[in-house]
Amino acid sequence: MQIIQYLINGISIGSVYAIIALGYTMVYGIAKMLNFAHGDVIMVGAYISFCVTNYLGLPAIVSIIAAMAVCTVLGIIIEKLAYKPLRGTSSLAVLITAIGVSYFLQNAAQLIWGTAPKNFTSIVTFKPFSFADGALVITGEVIITIAASVLIMVGLTLFTGKTRMGKAMRAVSEDRDAAQLMGINVNQTISMTFAIGSALAAIAGVLLCSTVPTLQPTTGSMPGIRAFTAAVIGGIGSIPGAMLGGILLGIIETFSKKYISTEFSDAIVFAVLILILLVKPTGLLGKQVQEKV
Amino acid sequence: MKKLWNNKTTRTNLTTYLVVTVAFVVMQLMSSFGQLGSAMKGYLIPVCAYIVMAVSLNLLVGVCGELSLGHAGFMGIGAFTGIVIAALLQDAIPNDTLLLVVAMFAGGIMAGIFGFLIGIPALRLRGDYLAIVTLAFGEILKNIFSNLYVGLDSEGLHMAVSTGKVQLLEGGRMILDGPVGATGITKLSTFPMGFVLILFTLFVVLNLINSKEGRAIKAVRDNRIATESVGINVTAFRMKAFVVSAFLAGMAGTLFGLNFSSLQASKFNFNASINVLVFVVLGGMGNILGSVISTAVLYILPEAMRGLDDLRMILYAVVLIIVMLFTWSPSVKNAVQSVTASVQEKLRKNKKEAVNNE
Repeated sequence: MQIIQYLINGISIGSVYAIIALGYTMVYGIAKMLNFAHGDVIMVGAYISFCVTNYLGLPAIVSIIAAMAVCTVLGIIIEKLAYKPLRGTSSLAVLITAIGVSYFLQNAAQLIWGTAPKNFTSIVTFKPFSFADGALVITGEVIITIAASVLIMVGLTLFTGKTRMGKAMRAVSEDRDAAQLMGINVNQTISMTFAIGSALAAIAGVLLCSTVPTLQPTTGSMPGIRAFTAAVIGGIGSIPGAMLGGILLGIIETFSKKYISTEFSDAIVFAVLILILLVKPTGLLGKQVQEKV
Repeated sequence: MKKLWNNKTTRTNLTTYLVVTVAFVVMQLMSSFGQLGSAMKGYLIPVCAYIVMAVSLNLLVGVCGELSLGHAGFMGIGAFTGIVIAALLQDAIPNDTLLLVVAMFAGGIMAGIFGFLIGIPALRLRGDYLAIVTLAFGEILKNIFSNLYVGLDSEGLHMAVSTGKVQLLEGGRMILDGPVGATGITKLSTFPMGFVLILFTLFVVLNLINSKEGRAIKAVRDNRIATESVGINVTAFRMKAFVVSAFLAGMAGTLFGLNFSSLQASKFNFNASINVLVFVVLGGMGNILGSVISTAVLYILPEAMRGLDDLRMILYAVVLIIVMLFTWSPSVKNAVQSVTASVQEKLRKNKKEAVNNE
């Protein structure tokens, strides 16, 4: 029974990683850049939700919508101001700029909300379900998190598969120049990708802080790096890969904490990443691109 | 001598040595005449360590073209190895400078060995994937350091990876104590030794870059496939650059570690690696003197802005983004050019009118 409990908890935290990883993977797929500021967008989303519920006293659902709206706008602004002027130059330049944005968001949050951790109230109000006389407890957060990630996954698959914008995104990620020649507005498509990624980050932030209720300016960094790892495990650039990588990572993390060592769970997670990359250099579901001479 | 000066490479290298030496002499003089504040004095040795870090990372990123996001991990290996070695040999080597040198080489060699071991799997990958694997190794190393327990007593060293496992005889002491880190370190690092380490690093890196090996490494960066096709063993040269870079980072780590009385593994986290990368990119990739200058400026800058309190890190971030945009973005560059051109045009017109009016 215990093992099922850990499995469910692992899937739950893994779902959060998966939602964040989707943001990384979509941006990487389309703009070929490692967006290290993504983790901090999560933190901003969580703070917005916190403020809307605690200071304005509005219901949880409104706070989530507000967080998504703010993060979407933030994502588009960041892309326009910091990344777009550097498009087509060295990828290292964009990476450093992303780091600059990350510093900026963290320190701006520190200036606005202070360093003291805030106690985030969970958005879930219903009671945990208990099975087999309390041996298996499924909290409301777990249910909401898993349900949200499944919904997002289905929604994104439909979006990229069926809509014009989604198809344009896939085309741009495959070959930007060819897509442009086919009349696709590349700039608009990239903005859209950042918007979707940031909105997902907001949801992830709310879900993350509902499970782990301490909120501070550095809240986003570690889950950000974890989710980035998840995206790479699944094959960066691949949407189902991000989902798979996130859930795998969550399960590995929970199990290694319970059965191997709490202290070394970080090392185990990253060692798994290295092992997977050695066997499959582009991740589990990544495409192997042949280099042309 | 003149002939020597006419050679462009030699000139650049000599300028680099000269700038570093002049900076050292000025700082040393200011320090001995009491012109430096105590805060500033505290930065001298860490700046030296970070300059060595930046130069060694530049060898990897700028010259070899491999992005590494885990360079601080090697620094950590060097720091903790150096601390343990210094504690172990404290009685055997009475001379502090000699002890520091021995500790530095021990730290460097340990980091070099780890660099080799990490390089075997990591260098099979390329580009962003290599960057991610180095990030992962950096995090693993940090995780291990913060759970490493090393104690020293009359029977020698005792090591364990979980708390309470190290049982010491009477008179023994813990050198590394897991998450608490290293405590009771004898401060061996001095500013002149930091300067010597920088010179050593410059000597190694500049000579490597301008040797046959260096040209091969640069060829790997510029076109891997073409290099392979002319019979250069690409993996071997990437490995050489990786190990040398790790070795130097290890030495920098020892210098850094033996400068504080206590040290936690969290000093060598992802942010530290990223900071060094920022120094390298802003200094100019492949430009060694650039790395030295940008490290010195950027390390001191946030500290110098301490008066601004909360705003200083925001300003640092904004400066970072703006500098990146101005140095890299084609559209921003064009805009700047057209603005300066129109200003010049206007000035010229005004001058002409002024002349005409006379």
